[in-house]
Amino acid sequence: MLDRSIRDQFPIFSVPELKNFAYLDNTATTQKPLRVVERLRQFYAHEYATVHRGVYRLSQESTEYCEETRRLAKQFINAKKLEEIIFVKGTTEAINLVAKTYVKSTIKKGQSILITEMEHHANIVPWQQVCEETGAVLKVAAITDAGELDLDSFKSQLDASTAFVSLVHISNALGTVNPIKQCIDLAHKAGANVLIDGAQSVAHERIDVQALDCDFFCFSSHKMYGPTGVGILYGKYALLDQMPVYETGGDMVETVTFSGTTFQKPPAKFEPGTPAIAEIIGLGEAFGFLNEVGLDNIKAHEDELLAYATEKLSAVPGLRIIGTSKHKSAIISFVLDGVHPHDAGTILDEANVAVRVGHHCAQPVMRRFNIPATIRASFSLYNTQKDVDQLVAGLYKVLEIMQ
Amino acid sequence: MTTRLQQLYEAMILEHNKKPRNFKMIEGSSHQSHGKNPLCGDDYYVFFTVDDSKTITDVSFLGQGCAISKSSGSMMTEMVKGKSISDVLAMKDAFLHMVTEGATDEEKALLGKLTVFEGVKQYPVRVKCAALVWRALEDALSGSTGQISTE
Repeated sequence: MLDRSIRDQFPIFSVPELKNFAYLDNTATTQKPLRVVERLRQFYAHEYATVHRGVYRLSQESTEYCEETRRLAKQFINAKKLEEIIFVKGTTEAINLVAKTYVKSTIKKGQSILITEMEHHANIVPWQQVCEETGAVLKVAAITDAGELDLDSFKSQLDASTAFVSLVHISNALGTVNPIKQCIDLAHKAGANVLIDGAQSVAHERIDVQALDCDFFCFSSHKMYGPTGVGILYGKYALLDQMPVYETGGDMVETVTFSGTTFQKPPAKFEPGTPAIAEIIGLGEAFGFLNEVGLDNIKAHEDELLAYATEKLSAVPGLRIIGTSKHKSAIISFVLDGVHPHDAGTILDEANVAVRVGHHCAQPVMRRFNIPATIRASFSLYNTQKDVDQLVAGLYKVLEIMQ
Repeated sequence: MTTRLQQLYEAMILEHNKKPRNFKMIEGSSHQSHGKNPLCGDDYYVFFTVDDSKTITDVSFLGQGCAISKSSGSMMTEMVKGKSISDVLAMKDAFLHMVTEGATDEEKALLGKLTVFEGVKQYPVRVKCAALVWRALEDALSGSTGQISTE
């Protein structure tokens, strides 16, 4: 297990009122280490200026800090080129960008887009929209009772008509880790390019986009200890280069006249307007933090917590875990007999345990398991076995009150 | 249990959650609506039979949701049966005022045992749970869309 000094780097846990705070909503967003918070403060207080345009030193330095984040992102996911790293607002914007530029401009009526039944709404709705606008068909690979991707269903829906595949790496509602390498290879054999939604994986699993050979990969800063409002879209350079532009404006253009405009090359082509400068710099600090702790250490710590929590939760009477995939991240969704998740959430809150209750922006998953909602405990590098014990004690309190 | 939590999960609320009254559909009801809280998944139908003198002669609800929403539905059906539409709408206003701002003494008198939901006011995210069936009631009795959503 990681030692306690990791937790001490997160100032939220030293707020007196949050002394015994079991924060188990890491799938939604993670807390911030002091170095990220301090980096934002330092930048705003002493280093602030815009990027790209300034000939003055402060602006050149701002630009350099942002580009350093790009370098760190490239290294973190092992992209081939720096130009393959695009700053976006987050995973949602990244998926929308690919849907509305690359896929919309290449897909033809009657072709299909393949997703899975375990996708987050952000990886369903943009594709639905593209299908509505182009006459393409949205196909959905089924999941099994264990919450694993049904590979037979996936394969059977992949054919010559498949224009694109978009797939989550780790399900936010079930914790399932998908066999993405296998899915990417299958999709490529069928002639389709692939986007991987890495929102839940990037801070928990080592990512190598070249080894995976995915065409697009995206993730959000705020789920990996960085600031909100910024994320990364990785795309293979050749695809980014040929894709139409997304939003237009300043910074992404070469020459503008009233008769026409020429655009910059990637990544600038997809980064119009003044970016989230401070957040990008904060994200750089988050990469530094993750590199320092080490993803292998993080994964070992979280796997151990997952095993401990699964064992303890399974012993709670009437508790049923939803999502029992062999390959799982430290996300546990569950229901309690006779107790609605919202009541459990309120009572757990009084016990200083923060969990997410609801459908987790994955309503099709809830329908698949015929439940309205689940209680979800999701773990990260600062969580401890004590947090698990506190959750379990809180659940006994829930049972005491509600049954 | 903290006092705050005790005030939210009063014994009467928990009892109605376990054994909701009038938890069924009324075939051929004259007024109905479907209320949903999309964010948390509370989902209920309400049914009313209203006679010529605008009195509610029968009422029921059916659906799924948390203890607060379900007990609120159950107690609503008990409280509105036999009352006129205008009295029930006044009760609805008093109830919504109680769970958001707090009830006046007059409103409390009107609400009777529904004041058991006073504790909800301390939990802003749970207000919509308590309010859902009353919003659906309002929709059904004002004869509008037949579907409401709190988001």
